[in-house]
Amino acid sequence: MEPVIPIIILALPLTMFLVLGLLGHKMAHRTAGILGTLSMGVTMVLAYITTLTYFFSGSSEFINEEGVRLQSVIFNWDWLAFTDSLVIRLGFLLDPISALLLVVITTISFMVHLYSNGYMRDHHGVWETGFQRFYAFLSLFSFSMLGLVVATNIFQMYIFWELVGASSYLLIGFYYTKPSAVSASKKAFIVTRFADLGFLIGILVLSFYTGTFDFTNFTSTGVEGMANVYQVDLTTAEGIRNWIASSPAPVFMGGSVLTWALVLIFMGGMGKSAMMPLHIWLPDAMEGPTPVSALIHAATMVVAGVFLVARLFPLYLMEEVALNIITVVGALTAFYAAMVACVQVDIKRVLAFSTISQIAFMMVSLGVARPEFHHGLGYMAAMFHLFTHAMFKALLFLCAGALIHAIGSNDYTDMHGLRKHMPVTHVTFLIGCLAIAGIIPFAGFFSKDEILTAVFGQSIFWYIWMSAVAGLTAFYMFRLYYLIFWWKEHKTPEGHHAPHDQLWTMTLPLVILAVVSCVAGFVPFGNLVTWNGHPMFESVNFFTNLGALDWSVAAISLAVAILAIILATVMYKKENPLPAKMRSALPRLWDWCYHRFYWDELYMFITHKIIFGCISRPIAWFDRHVIDGSMDGMAWVTQRISFAIRGLQSGNIQLYVWIYLVGVILLGAITAVCLL
Amino acid sequence: MFSNLLIYFVVIPLLMLAGFAICKNIRQVRTVAVAGSILLVGLSVWVLCDYLALRAAGNMEEMLFRGDWTWFAPLNIKLSVGVDGVSIAMLILSSIIVFAGSFASWKIDDARHFFMWLILLSTGVYGFFICIDLFTMFMFYEVALIPMYLLIGVWGTGRKEYSAMKLTLMLMGGSAFLMLSLIGIYYHSAPEGQALTWNIIDIARNVEETQCISKGWQYFLFPMCFVGFGVLGAMFPFHTWSPDGHACAPTAVSMLHAGVLMKLGGYGCFRVAMYLMPQAANDLAWIFLILTGISVVYGAFSACVQTDLKYINAYSSVSHCGMVLFAILMINTTALTGAIMQMLSHGLMTALFFALIGMIYGRTHTRDIRLMGGLMKILPFLGVGYVIAGMASLGLPGLSGFVAEMTIFVGSFEHTDMFHRVFTIVACCSIVITAVYILRTVGKLLFGPVLDPHHAELTDASWWERLSTITLILSVAAIGCFPNFFESLIRFTFSPEIFRAIGLN
Amino acid sequence: MELTILWYLIPSLLMFCCGVYGFITRKNMIAMLISLELMLNAVDINFVVFNRFLFPGELEGMFFTLFAIALAAAETALAIAIIINVFRVSEKIDVDDVTKMKF
Repeated sequence: MEPVIPIIILALPLTMFLVLGLLGHKMAHRTAGILGTLSMGVTMVLAYITTLTYFFSGSSEFINEEGVRLQSVIFNWDWLAFTDSLVIRLGFLLDPISALLLVVITTISFMVHLYSNGYMRDHHGVWETGFQRFYAFLSLFSFSMLGLVVATNIFQMYIFWELVGASSYLLIGFYYTKPSAVSASKKAFIVTRFADLGFLIGILVLSFYTGTFDFTNFTSTGVEGMANVYQVDLTTAEGIRNWIASSPAPVFMGGSVLTWALVLIFMGGMGKSAMMPLHIWLPDAMEGPTPVSALIHAATMVVAGVFLVARLFPLYLMEEVALNIITVVGALTAFYAAMVACVQVDIKRVLAFSTISQIAFMMVSLGVARPEFHHGLGYMAAMFHLFTHAMFKALLFLCAGALIHAIGSNDYTDMHGLRKHMPVTHVTFLIGCLAIAGIIPFAGFFSKDEILTAVFGQSIFWYIWMSAVAGLTAFYMFRLYYLIFWWKEHKTPEGHHAPHDQLWTMTLPLVILAVVSCVAGFVPFGNLVTWNGHPMFESVNFFTNLGALDWSVAAISLAVAILAIILATVMYKKENPLPAKMRSALPRLWDWCYHRFYWDELYMFITHKIIFGCISRPIAWFDRHVIDGSMDGMAWVTQRISFAIRGLQSGNIQLYVWIYLVGVILLGAITAVCLL
Repeated sequence: MFSNLLIYFVVIPLLMLAGFAICKNIRQVRTVAVAGSILLVGLSVWVLCDYLALRAAGNMEEMLFRGDWTWFAPLNIKLSVGVDGVSIAMLILSSIIVFAGSFASWKIDDARHFFMWLILLSTGVYGFFICIDLFTMFMFYEVALIPMYLLIGVWGTGRKEYSAMKLTLMLMGGSAFLMLSLIGIYYHSAPEGQALTWNIIDIARNVEETQCISKGWQYFLFPMCFVGFGVLGAMFPFHTWSPDGHACAPTAVSMLHAGVLMKLGGYGCFRVAMYLMPQAANDLAWIFLILTGISVVYGAFSACVQTDLKYINAYSSVSHCGMVLFAILMINTTALTGAIMQMLSHGLMTALFFALIGMIYGRTHTRDIRLMGGLMKILPFLGVGYVIAGMASLGLPGLSGFVAEMTIFVGSFEHTDMFHRVFTIVACCSIVITAVYILRTVGKLLFGPVLDPHHAELTDASWWERLSTITLILSVAAIGCFPNFFESLIRFTFSPEIFRAIGLN
Repeated sequence: MELTILWYLIPSLLMFCCGVYGFITRKNMIAMLISLELMLNAVDINFVVFNRFLFPGELEGMFFTLFAIALAAAETALAIAIIINVFRVSEKIDVDDVTKMKF
């Protein structure tokens, strides 16, 4: 494939960032909005072309004679050479998952660009201050995220990983005069930075022992007996294989190097993907404008951790320990987030916790994926869920944005009964809820079912656990749905419009995403995205996914979801005393859930009391009083000594003469004694 | 003598000094300062191009543009000049910062005398970087230090006399150690029966071939030399001049001091201590690794709780300069390249920081972050500049901090023993702590509601301030976006032949 | 009775000792100056005497004495000027009382 289109895909958003960032304040708001949206649209079209070419052109670059998909490096430029072999390159790696992510990112990003044209102004059409800046940051984010997914080496990924972190910081703190937004952006950056420290050390460990940063080298190692047909650089691959084979691998602080490296790299993924205990930034990140939440904190950036694990999956396969850790962390997070989501009041918070829970689903899916079970079904399921989740979660967030824009508040208590006033939002939100709850035939059903099947194949315990989480998901989403759109509506205050559907720029993305959420489940993923490029099915048609379902699992999960929805309907369709009764029946649990299990308080304690109070302040004190004090002390001692001996320098010449005389006499006497 | 390009790095500042002497008004002073600094930038670029051309033509000598002029025959003291990639990087850094500094002190009081001292200081800096004769280097080193006393003492703010005195005395203390060790090196600079020399290259060759500085002497001289330069490089526990000195210094002086003068320390540690006493460096590195490792996290932690903008930045400098020395002590090509990159990066980024702090202070008349807030709305240009500087400091890819730090970490990781590993990881931790204090500062200073209603009427940067800031931002971005050019320029200096020459891997 | 060298040296020694004694014990600045002059003159005498007795044909000692006298005159003038100025400022003539410029 010629590198022109890939280069434009990356360069266009970057150019837009520079243009809008530097010249934006001289542009009209509308111009900036149209410019940003158009360029994103072009990027999206180019990304589609690239992806379609990759999957369907049948070119020998992308697929071999046996129908196995290959990793293809479109271009790879040296950016920074540490040593001869450790070179950071900036390149474009096309393989199933990067092609998939290209579609997801550009689609959602375009929708958000379009949507923001309406969202970022008030009801009277007055533009938000910093509108151009907003588009500049969105472009920067899109650029970074695209760079991340097409990275050819782990350091390029780290570079863009940091850049998405920074653009997320800028966008969360978009309303920078609001203290809560500022602290949320700070929190997001620092928590993910802490996770990135693990990632960085992991990279250092991995690259030191393997002598390379390149993914094509890492992922070609494979497991013994498992043919891996990704295009490989055989010389390096051989070296790594030998290194792995010559186990026990070099030991690094008590563990095998590979375990350490992979766990540390996963830590980076935990930070970005908001896995417990590094999840605390994501709910707060909802302080940013809602389109940002939809783009960054629901659909794209937060799945970077999943993408990272998927990218290094062949390496993870070599370390059972790391995969088990991923499974456990994912399962705990999924359950935790689902519990918390059941009691939140702020609709964006509910969606944020739901995002955490859904990403945890993907992680679990990766954690249980084994090549011997259905050709690594879990891997495919994780990627599938990543795709469908991006669509329906972006949809839900954009609906939430429309609601917030109409009502002017984030709390469902201010909403209630909106289904008549905002029909489009209502229907699309309902589709989103059905999709996430996993009701056939919406997108979430298929992907979630694949995940549950994969989990079932690995462990019954986790299967039951994750099914329960799936039930909770359906419950809290429908709770939210009923609380927003049903119940008795509030009276509109005098002089205010009744809430209504928004501009076409805002409703169009909702409709598009809703349609995608309805049909995305039928995409034959098993043929497109698998861990080793082997297609899962002989031939595909529109109903392949339906045919491939494991109906015993599917029936159970469908039943669980429907039960949960019925429960939510009973409890929340109309105002009734049931929720309050539930609450008083389990006060402790309700409190803990409402306060998110006090994680934030714990972090506050650690950062303020321990890091600031017990480390920084004492160090600063020590520096001022001990280190600096000792320097000042030296000066003080010198001065004291000078004062003490200055009496000798009395200035009294007669004293000097006396001393001189005594000296002369003594000298004379000594000389005389010596001579005699 | 004047056919050698390098001499002009000293000649131009001296001519500028003469120019200031006859200046009548501030306009003429500014003209001379700007013209001179532009000439210096041009000269650096010229030297760089010439250097690259010579290297491309296959000139593999260690130092290029060599020249020797004896000025004190009895002790064989010469004005020997010569540059390699590292020195050229430092010369470019100095020129950019002198250029930016000239614009940053556009409105200073008594500009004529201020610029005279400032340019005298930069004469010392340039002289230090072009010289390869130990004695002459030391002389220029002192020339660079002394004007600092007057610049802070006269044009400073706050407890300026105290800070100026402290800074000068501590640096002079370092110089005393340095002088001792330089004399020691001189008396062992050649094997018995040969003429003693001050020339670094000759000494290095003699050390390699004849072991003329015995191991015992190296153990004695290396720590003195390293500490002597380390004081200027803000090595723990000799760093306390830095917070006070920077806090009281006027803008351009802070810029020049943090940006260039502190680099003299790192450069000296590498060029003199490491280069001439490789065995001791190898054996004693662990002591200084501990100290610099402490510097890195200690400075960062201290910066977390400071409230004065300049103190925050000064402690951050302690942390970043600690990283420079830390990397130098790792003694391998990658880490050393990273050290020099970090010097470049830290120089530009701190200069940018201090320039912006000076501009903000000039408007709000306070540097206490608790008294300011929401400045982004009022001073968007300065605010954006500050955020960019902050991002460079916390190592955002695309700006200079990232490449430098990553090179250092990758280089440091090449040591496989536990000791080095632990300290590398400790140093890595600083990227998180840096993020904490940078974001804390940015959040308090620039974001949030406007705290002080008086600040609402402040005006944003004027053209000279913009020029100064933009120059530095562009330089930071250039290093961050095209690191390979700079790294390859520097890396050649550490080519394997030279490592073998100094007796290491 | 022959005038040996001692006839000159003993008075000069006495003069010198008087000078030393006076310089150490007197607090009055003028008196100290006088004592100083005494010592100087004692030394001058020695120069002349040694020249006359040891190297009769040469004149270096004489010259030296003349120089010393000239210098002493200049020095006295300077000292008196200082003393007068000090007196004008502080109205004190005692050396112990003039401590303003100390330390």
